[in-house]
Amino acid sequence: MQHTSTQDTFVGLFVASGIIGLFFLAMQVSNLSSFASEDSYTITARFENSGGLKIKSPVSAAGVKIGRVTDISFDPKSYESIVKMSINSKYNTLPDDTTASIFTAGLLGEQYVNLDAGGSETPLKNNGKIEITQSAIILEKALGQFLFKSAEEKK
Amino acid sequence: MTDFLQYLGQSTRISFAKLGRASYFLLEILAGVLSLFARPRLLLKQLYSVGVLSFLIITISGLFVGMVLSLQGYYTLSDFGAEESLGVMVAASLVRELGPVVSGLLFAGRAGSALTAEIGLMKATEQLSGMEMMAVDPIRRIITPRFVAGLISMPLLAALFSAVGIIGGQLVGCGLLSVDEGAFWSQMQAGIDFKDDIINGVIKSLVFGFVSSWIALFEGYDAIPTSEGVSRATTRTVVNSAFSILGLDFILTALMFGEH
Repeated sequence: MQHTSTQDTFVGLFVASGIIGLFFLAMQVSNLSSFASEDSYTITARFENSGGLKIKSPVSAAGVKIGRVTDISFDPKSYESIVKMSINSKYNTLPDDTTASIFTAGLLGEQYVNLDAGGSETPLKNNGKIEITQSAIILEKALGQFLFKSAEEKK
Repeated sequence: MTDFLQYLGQSTRISFAKLGRASYFLLEILAGVLSLFARPRLLLKQLYSVGVLSFLIITISGLFVGMVLSLQGYYTLSDFGAEESLGVMVAASLVRELGPVVSGLLFAGRAGSALTAEIGLMKATEQLSGMEMMAVDPIRRIITPRFVAGLISMPLLAALFSAVGIIGGQLVGCGLLSVDEGAFWSQMQAGIDFKDDIINGVIKSLVFGFVSSWIALFEGYDAIPTSEGVSRATTRTVVNSAFSILGLDFILTALMFGEH
């Protein structure tokens, strides 16, 4: 009986360490802890061009991550891109004249939506719309404009 | 020419017959799973020999794989000035691919070969037919507990492998090389998704555990009951498990990570 009880202990230790490993992966390695079932509300914004924005791209205000992009679709009538964002309910005081712009983290980093609060008193509601938007800066376009301009100046 | 065609036809027929026996064998195993709950002690004993005895090789290999990954990744990433992405690189490759695959291969080599040899020898020494004589179903008594133990152990071993590997990568990256520890973890947490990466890794390791235990047990059960037959069956277990794990890994990766 002595032998089997040490065996039991080892099996218990093995299963426990495996579960600890999984727990470590879930909590320390993945983003589960930062976005675990928090209440959120959805807002939409229309962009002329959403550039390299992806689903799950971060949404930040004043440099703090407050939500993420949940859906990007193309509007066939206005030829705009409709970006849906889910914002953490903790931050429900954003005014309804908030500006949304698409920025790039670093020179080659990923793109994210930046929200700049306006001065209005009424806050954005669930499924609210952001009216003022600024498109992503397309590097090729900007470079092209710059080259065109400098060529023009030389004439 | 006719000899060749005859040979081709016969070997095809033999391999299909083997696949048929293997499928039937799997159904028999699965039919016995419920009766295992009545005798958990059988399962516990197999968890010891399949899981606990593989613990050491898995953790040590995981540690070294993580350390090498960190070392190699650092030199490549530092060319682009992106050393901070080391954490996400190490974690993503371990959790998605290397954890399930390498621990699956090690599992097939360490536990699978032992299972085949054990069952093959039981067959060669006529212990299995002896059990049948005593009206004990050898599949329920011998095979099913080993199968379920493999199925339970594999995800745990793969998770351990990934976790230990990430710690090894962190030790080398932040200790030996000069990657900032905060950036290492925060980039990792930003880049690894629980559902997409970790749960999919667990699903992969479950599939690998299922397939390699099935192959190991079937090869043992189907072995020619001589010492040569058992040795051949053991070799086939390792080779076939490695092939199936790598092939299935490609298919699973294409299914899981192909589109978002």
